[in-house]
Amino acid sequence: MESYTVHDYDVLVIGAGGAGLRAAIAAMEMGARVGVVTKSLLGKAHTVMAEGGMAAALGNVRPEDNWKVHFRDTMKGGGMLNNWKMVMNYTKEAPERVRELERWGAVFDRTPDGKINQRNFGGHSYPRLAHVGDRTGLELIRTLQDHAVKLGVHAHMETTIYRLLTDAGRVVGALGFNRQTGDFLVFRAKAVVLATGGLGRIYQITSNSWECTGDGFSLASMVGADLIDMEFIQFHPTGMVWPPSVMGILVTEGVRGEGGVLKNSLGRRFMFDNIPERYKGEFAETEEEAERWLQGDRTARRPPELLTRDVVARAIRKEVSEGRGSPHGGVYLDIASRRPADYIKKKLPSMYHQFMKLGNLDITKEPMEVGPTCHYVMGGVRVDPDTQATNVPGLYAAGEVAGGLHGANRLGGNSLSDLVVFGRRAGIAAAEYAAQQSGSFQVDEAQVRAYIAEALQPFNNPQGENPFTLMKELRASMQKNAGIMREEGELKAQLDILADLKKRAWNTSASGSRAYNPGWHTALDIRLMVEVSEAVVLAALARKESRGGHARLDYPDPDPQFAKINHVIKRNPDGSLSVVAEPLPEMPEELRRIAEAKDLKELSEPVGV
Amino acid sequence: MPSVTFRVFRGDQTGGELKDYTVEVQEGMVVLDVIHKIQAEQAPDLACRWNCKAGKCGSCGAEVNGKPTLMCMTRLDTIDTSKPVTVRPMKTFPVIRDLVTDVKWNYEVNKKIKPFTPAPDTNWIMYQEDVDRVQEFRKCIECFLCQNVCHVLREHNEKTGFIGPRFLVRTASLEMHPLDVENRLDMLKNEGGIGYCNITKCCTEVCPEHIRITDNAIIPLKERVVDEYYDPVMAFFRRLFASKKRPETAGTAADD
Repeated sequence: MESYTVHDYDVLVIGAGGAGLRAAIAAMEMGARVGVVTKSLLGKAHTVMAEGGMAAALGNVRPEDNWKVHFRDTMKGGGMLNNWKMVMNYTKEAPERVRELERWGAVFDRTPDGKINQRNFGGHSYPRLAHVGDRTGLELIRTLQDHAVKLGVHAHMETTIYRLLTDAGRVVGALGFNRQTGDFLVFRAKAVVLATGGLGRIYQITSNSWECTGDGFSLASMVGADLIDMEFIQFHPTGMVWPPSVMGILVTEGVRGEGGVLKNSLGRRFMFDNIPERYKGEFAETEEEAERWLQGDRTARRPPELLTRDVVARAIRKEVSEGRGSPHGGVYLDIASRRPADYIKKKLPSMYHQFMKLGNLDITKEPMEVGPTCHYVMGGVRVDPDTQATNVPGLYAAGEVAGGLHGANRLGGNSLSDLVVFGRRAGIAAAEYAAQQSGSFQVDEAQVRAYIAEALQPFNNPQGENPFTLMKELRASMQKNAGIMREEGELKAQLDILADLKKRAWNTSASGSRAYNPGWHTALDIRLMVEVSEAVVLAALARKESRGGHARLDYPDPDPQFAKINHVIKRNPDGSLSVVAEPLPEMPEELRRIAEAKDLKELSEPVGV
Repeated sequence: MPSVTFRVFRGDQTGGELKDYTVEVQEGMVVLDVIHKIQAEQAPDLACRWNCKAGKCGSCGAEVNGKPTLMCMTRLDTIDTSKPVTVRPMKTFPVIRDLVTDVKWNYEVNKKIKPFTPAPDTNWIMYQEDVDRVQEFRKCIECFLCQNVCHVLREHNEKTGFIGPRFLVRTASLEMHPLDVENRLDMLKNEGGIGYCNITKCCTEVCPEHIRITDNAIIPLKERVVDEYYDPVMAFFRRLFASKKRPETAGTAADD
């Protein structure tokens, strides 16, 4: 019979990106015994790829910035579907979380007076992103990694969680396997924090690393946790489009933050033609004004290249589909003619390096070709805005896997600070919950055995399908039918495709040994990926409007009725999923005034909060 | 589409062999793309470690035609594909399977380095020119290619008395942090084994982040160690001017 090892923790954190490490640190500081499980080596999680920066209203560059302006920008960027309380907690706490990283050894770029520097980004009214060149994610993850190691974190590296374990309706641990050996591990834990990141790999063109297979959404949903806002997928406007093998790799918004401009094949800065009604008056209307802004004139408004990502991505798609794209199906992103070569190399070193190495292109001399790439999911596991608790006792979620903070569209820079604000909150709440649990925790041996048999099934199925073939089909069909522009017929067709893939996902074949076997790993990934894909498509079908990261060809405009609801994906007793429309949580009047403020000067005054 | 032949190491700690795979390729492909294609079409159990495929995570280090490199950043048009391309795992670390090596030694070494320790009363003001060199060291993505090529580790397998270039760089990033007050010179001299490095600069040559490991990190650290332990004149002046990093404190603080 298959053997396994047993590991006991107060708090088990699944995922070692920014949110997972911050949760682990918080729980350790509370005195909990903490285990961290990561599919990769420490320090390699997808957080490492974050480039532009972490948003926090430090006010180091523009003292008039404060949490209220950040609150207003985040709600506005999110199409007002954000959970207001999460946004409030987030914008109030983000500055302290950034300063804390500095105390733990992070070395951010500096202002002339020696403080943490902040850069401009889309949708942020002031320069707000603490950054380190264009490798801010690396700085974040290394700092958290070092601090967690200092506190003595116990990390299970290259370990995948196959299923969460439950007892009487609460989560009591997880079953996983060591990728290096193929051996199984049972984690018994009083509380589990999901910090598993996003789902970009369900799409063909994505900026996400292999890890982003949406595990956490599916694991949570399978034990009865609600998901929310799953229709909202962020397609980042600027991914590489050439050569084909690098299609989708991220080109940081920092390029535009540093003055880069978008042009079509006619040389026109088309973003001037694409300022949505709700942002009218906030952006420069002429190139001359945008130029003055770049030179530091504070009376000038921001260039429209710094509109929110949903707006820019759709504008690029429009240029390309109307025949004004670049040779390889993107548009031009030009920093070369805007900034001196030395400045570009200093501020955007990874971008310089990435294009030089992968695209044979010198971005200090020539424009880049860019197009939209699946980057982020705004939705996720529904959580309590203060504790990150899910509706399943013992289960918490933080970071990209949790939903609610970003509404219909996330502002650039709001993810890295999300990780540390809510990672910490989840870690504290999970440790507190664990400390209150005195009853005995049972891991159901039969359940464990059944899951192990399920997981090993591909090795006993020589006639099964090649899992890589299924992976390719899933990603291509999601890209085509549930991508940046959606419509009812395609979404319905995708549901049928997913139903078929779901069956086939349980009939795959793996060969060779269990040690570090990518075919086997892919076979198991697919099972979770079809689950989360279904949640995305169901929510996308239900939202008959266009808003933020969800755009419908058959319903091209926002609909006031849909402005009042979030979609919650619930697991039915028979295992199927259903979509329930729920009214937004009621926002207090003072916060509504902040969120809807037209003039930023109002927010520098006390607003009674 | 043209095709190329890859000769890939298949095996584990007990041994293995090079196996040939011929795949069709297209413009712009990198070595990692070819490995993935072999996985998807011919050998689904071919093990390789990777994450970001964008040169940011440092997971996919291997030896391509004998040259240590990140597979994700090595374009096919930069190597000779007219004959079979050999891909082997990093030699310095034990093979787990195929192209995947066991790098956990590095994570153990890291724990020997005393963590960042700011002065208790600092105001956190730092100027860009004072953090530039620390930021250079903090670009490290921990691909361990420098560890892989360092002859002290690769040829002499000195993994007990030497921490390797990666962790000399990490130590430099802490020692040269403008607000750090810890002293790591004793560690460098003893279990860090900085004296083993004879500045052949192999590490610098393979660094995908272009960190000037030898010139900017190791040599200045060597100078500090020499000043501290072997130069009586410098030691005298330092004591005279009461440097914040006094040798007396070395090794007395607990390694927490």
